[in-house]
Amino acid sequence: MTLPQIFFLITAFVILGSALMVVTTRNLIHAALWLIVTLFGVAVLYALLNAGFLAVVQVVVYIGAIAILFIFAVMLTRKEMRDRGPQLNRGWWLSGVIAALTFGGLFWLLQAWSGFSKTAADFPSGFDAVGQLGNALVSPQAFVLPFEVASVLLLAALVGAVYVAFNRK
Amino acid sequence: MNFWNNPVQFISQWLTGVFAGWGMADWVASLLIQLIGVVVLASMMMVIDIFLVWVERKVVARFQDRLGPNRVGPFGLIQPFADIIKLLIKEDITPDGADRVVYNLAPIMSLMSVLLLWAIVPLAPVIFGVDLNVGALYIIAAGAIGTLSIIMAAWASNNKYALIGAFRQVAVLVSFEVPMIATLLIPTILARSMGMNDIVQAQDVWYILVVPLAAIIFMITAIAELGRTPFDLNEAESEIVAGFHIEYTGMKFGLFYAGELLHAFTFGGFWAILFLGGYRLFGLENLGPLVAAVILFAKALFGYWIIMWIKYTLLRIRIDHMLAFNWKFLTPLAFVLLMVVALMNAILPHNNMLVYVAGMLLSNILLGWIVIEILRVHSRRERERVEGKNQMIEVAHR
Repeated sequence: MTLPQIFFLITAFVILGSALMVVTTRNLIHAALWLIVTLFGVAVLYALLNAGFLAVVQVVVYIGAIAILFIFAVMLTRKEMRDRGPQLNRGWWLSGVIAALTFGGLFWLLQAWSGFSKTAADFPSGFDAVGQLGNALVSPQAFVLPFEVASVLLLAALVGAVYVAFNRK
Repeated sequence: MNFWNNPVQFISQWLTGVFAGWGMADWVASLLIQLIGVVVLASMMMVIDIFLVWVERKVVARFQDRLGPNRVGPFGLIQPFADIIKLLIKEDITPDGADRVVYNLAPIMSLMSVLLLWAIVPLAPVIFGVDLNVGALYIIAAGAIGTLSIIMAAWASNNKYALIGAFRQVAVLVSFEVPMIATLLIPTILARSMGMNDIVQAQDVWYILVVPLAAIIFMITAIAELGRTPFDLNEAESEIVAGFHIEYTGMKFGLFYAGELLHAFTFGGFWAILFLGGYRLFGLENLGPLVAAVILFAKALFGYWIIMWIKYTLLRIRIDHMLAFNWKFLTPLAFVLLMVVALMNAILPHNNMLVYVAGMLLSNILLGWIVIEILRVHSRRERERVEGKNQMIEVAHR
């Protein structure tokens, strides 16, 4: 077993364990904090995959903005921080079966893929991953259209939020 | 390979040899050496932190026309150690109803978020933790962890003042992050890289002379990020006692305090790296990496001194003024400046350094002048509005 594999296994266990804690803990703030551990684990996975930009953006966006928004929403809307009531409903076994089937299906599909057991090669020295990503996002041959559509969508959401919150005098 | 030319690589090669002599596997040795590097860097910063306590107290004393610590040791240099002993022997109180794990984790995370920043600081061309190609964004990401530690501390202490302080601090941090990202992109455009080392290497002319407006905006947002005066609403003593760390005693409070001091020093350092040429000083950095590191620390102390200067000169501003200042003034200005710099970067010739720098500087000065004119017109209108109202009140009283 190589060092990246050991790191991956540790990270994967942390992600799964904390994700389990998110749904099982009864304290809502603790659930939000465990969610942050999960999101951070995903950032570590990106870093292990040589995707430094995605890892940093994951931390900035998900931990710096979304998780903090979650905590605020919980603090401002709930008087009681503990969640009572049953944690499972009658369909729990069904979702378990579907999850197991999805995992099995993906595993079976990916096993047939030639890259499944290959280790990723390192970038050649001097390879500017961030620069390549930036060029791809604004190049007409690559992703300029999806990028612009996403930008317009976010702008529309921004305008909508301002409109909803606007206080007419 | 000479120790004076590349000390980090020299030591790591020597350690690799030693570990190989002990019969250690290659990957264990490299992992161990990297761990040692992390521990050495973090410990070095924490030792400097002890010294910063003395610097901060001496400087604030000079600003307030006092002497500062001068009893323990020469120039009061041993004072921080007396402070540490005092903090260590204080009673450690955990409030009733505190969330123990989160309560104890918060101060650690607070200091950690600052130490994380030092991973990307290039002390010299060859001395750095990692030369991350997304360095500028990494600064924001580490700041996000600091924000989180403040919320955790406030919520876990089970105290309303603490929570109010954290709400204010998060409002400041989340809003001032926006102009900070915009100004971080300006050195990125000029240097064509987000890596801190590349940005330093690209500064044949210090960026404070190329884009002075960006340097000023970055300094303001950095002070807001630090939660120092005039943006210290999070711990406004007269209103909410001490803010988010109200319930912390002893060394746990000490960690927040140390984190704050080191954070200020760190942002002084980043300001120096982004706008003052980092470890470069008229070719002196070529004398050796250790000289370069000394230059960077001197510049970081200068940035830290400016932050202290502002802290001990200005008053705290009201929260609505602060948010209006950010959203209605700083954010639009930062984005306009970003667009201007991007445009000028495209127009100006890159082969003629003099024309390039002069063009950038002129466009910055022009933009700054326009902004001051707009502010003047706005404030005159505001003054007329207020004075007109006062006249009406006087007429009514007559």
